[in-house]
Amino acid sequence: MALDTGSASNTTLPNLVKAATSETRLARATLIAVALGFVGLFLLLPLATVFIEAFRKGADEFLSALGDPETFSAILLTLTVAGIAVPLNLAFGVAAAWAIAKFEFKGKAFLTTLIDLPFSVSPVISGLVFVLLFGANNALGPILQSYGVQILFAVPGLVLATVFVTFPFVARELIPLMQEQGTSDEEAALSLGATGWQTFWHVTLPNIKWGLLYGVLLCNARAMGEFGAVSVVSGHIRGETNTMPLQVEILYNEYNFVAAFAVAALLALLALVTLILKTALELRYSHEIAASRSH
Amino acid sequence: MEVRVQNIRKEFGRYPALEDVSLDIRSGELIALLGPSGSGKTTLLRLIAGLESPTEGTIFFGNEDASQKSVQQRNIGFVFQHYALFRHMTVLDNISFGLKVRPANRRPPAAEIRRRALDLLELVQLSGLEKRYPAQLSGGQRQRVALARAMAVEPNVLLLDEPFGALDAQVRKELRKWLREIHDRTGHTTVFVTHDQEEALELADRVVVMSKGAIEQVGTPDDIYDHPVSPFVYGFIGQSNCLDVTLAGGEIWFEDRPIGLRAANEPDGPATLYFRPHDIELLDGCGGCLAGLVTASRRVAGTRHLEVSLGGTQPSVEIELPPERASSTDHSRVAFRPTRWKLYREASDVAAASVQAQTSAIELAPTGT
Repeated sequence: MALDTGSASNTTLPNLVKAATSETRLARATLIAVALGFVGLFLLLPLATVFIEAFRKGADEFLSALGDPETFSAILLTLTVAGIAVPLNLAFGVAAAWAIAKFEFKGKAFLTTLIDLPFSVSPVISGLVFVLLFGANNALGPILQSYGVQILFAVPGLVLATVFVTFPFVARELIPLMQEQGTSDEEAALSLGATGWQTFWHVTLPNIKWGLLYGVLLCNARAMGEFGAVSVVSGHIRGETNTMPLQVEILYNEYNFVAAFAVAALLALLALVTLILKTALELRYSHEIAASRSH
Repeated sequence: MEVRVQNIRKEFGRYPALEDVSLDIRSGELIALLGPSGSGKTTLLRLIAGLESPTEGTIFFGNEDASQKSVQQRNIGFVFQHYALFRHMTVLDNISFGLKVRPANRRPPAAEIRRRALDLLELVQLSGLEKRYPAQLSGGQRQRVALARAMAVEPNVLLLDEPFGALDAQVRKELRKWLREIHDRTGHTTVFVTHDQEEALELADRVVVMSKGAIEQVGTPDDIYDHPVSPFVYGFIGQSNCLDVTLAGGEIWFEDRPIGLRAANEPDGPATLYFRPHDIELLDGCGGCLAGLVTASRRVAGTRHLEVSLGGTQPSVEIELPPERASSTDHSRVAFRPTRWKLYREASDVAAASVQAQTSAIELAPTGT
């Protein structure tokens, strides 16, 4: 039988050979308890409340609340807005990350800072910007209106506000990844005769796909859940320009708690599905992800 | 294919990386660009590849002006220090990439691509690993795959940027020998960059020594080692000692005594004497020689290295002796004289106008007496 000298000395000199980074049992237990308690109190409890309230009067009531025409149109609108805003930001995010990570140009630092702007500005202001730009008192609004294009209080305005708010997610996720990977893979592909497009499609995209997916999932979660900016440009026309978060507010203000929580639960569910999807993908492809980060 | 670099200048921003560099690379030769970091060797390689474009100057591939062509059009094979293998592709897909991305009219049929990739895999001695991913290979294996990938496009010239830089010493030695064999078998014109002089001298047909964005010397490994044209090359290649000496009446003086070396026809004045640790003869006491105290002694493989302090303000010199001779010498005091040496003089060292501009060099075989 092999003699494990490490454990032998552990038993004889328990206090001398403790690893430098290990904590006492009490400290560990306290830290874990604090972390779990915090998560429970501030994350799990509210989330559970949403679902409990939604199903307080049973599943039938829940389903009929969602089947309400106004609510249903809000769900459709949310999906439409996210469906347009996310691909737009996907394209923008990849382009911006590519430019910042792989090229040197004047104004690069400025662009990098600018990408963070939507994170640092209050969403209400983000919405207000578009009201000022396309409002009836400004040059752009009436001109577009004369061509029959309605921006404010319509789907285009909602999309614009959502794009603005969710602008940084994909780019922020990709920039560090692409900077770390450098340009030698692309140079290798080009030196082998690949065109720019072939290089992007066969080399760059596969290298960034996990980061890209993560960015898109986060972007999508935010696009569906955005309240402030969308609220300003929406105009709250029932059944037309109310997204799910706006619909929740309206229903809540009308004391229609079951319906409000039903929509909220659906919204929360979408967010949860996004996170579960992300975790599942990470588990499923953990080897590949690790390989693409190191190598 | 023959590659000619003509009067290339390259600036990054306002900082010059290469200044007026010209170099002829012969068809089929294996040539090394050697220099310390920051000497511009990698920049020169990337300019030949077309990964950078020169600020001024021209690069010819054969008789064609390649500087007007993009990296794709130049048809080169480039091997990167950190392999740059496509991590999501198998070894086989990596090697066949260059053929697969060709436009349909120049692309071989799929079966042919596969056959060629498998042939190359055999050439680099990795048969059977075609389904592996880069992450499942060792560093040495990855670099072999990278070389196979570069050779798959049948390049005009093969360019290797510190190909063994990221590998450990043992693997490096093996791959060096192996690269030489591959080169002899395939005959690709090959340029590789290295900061390792041993690698350059052992592997290359010719070595280009670079420093501070300029070429110091181009020559065979023997030329470079035996006839360095500048103090930089003397100091950079191999071990060397340098001493500040004085010329007087055709004799070389160290401090207050002549050391038995003659440099006739040279004007009087200060100069720098270079000699290699192994190019010396031991003397039993002397009238004209270098003598000093042995301050340290180390056995390095087949020779013994002695550190000798010559006294005065000069740094101590190192000499190499066969172990049996070293043990027979008195361990506290030795007398010796360089048998092969070189004298470099700055123009400003010599007042006489007869001396050529910049650096003049006197190189001498043994003085004979």
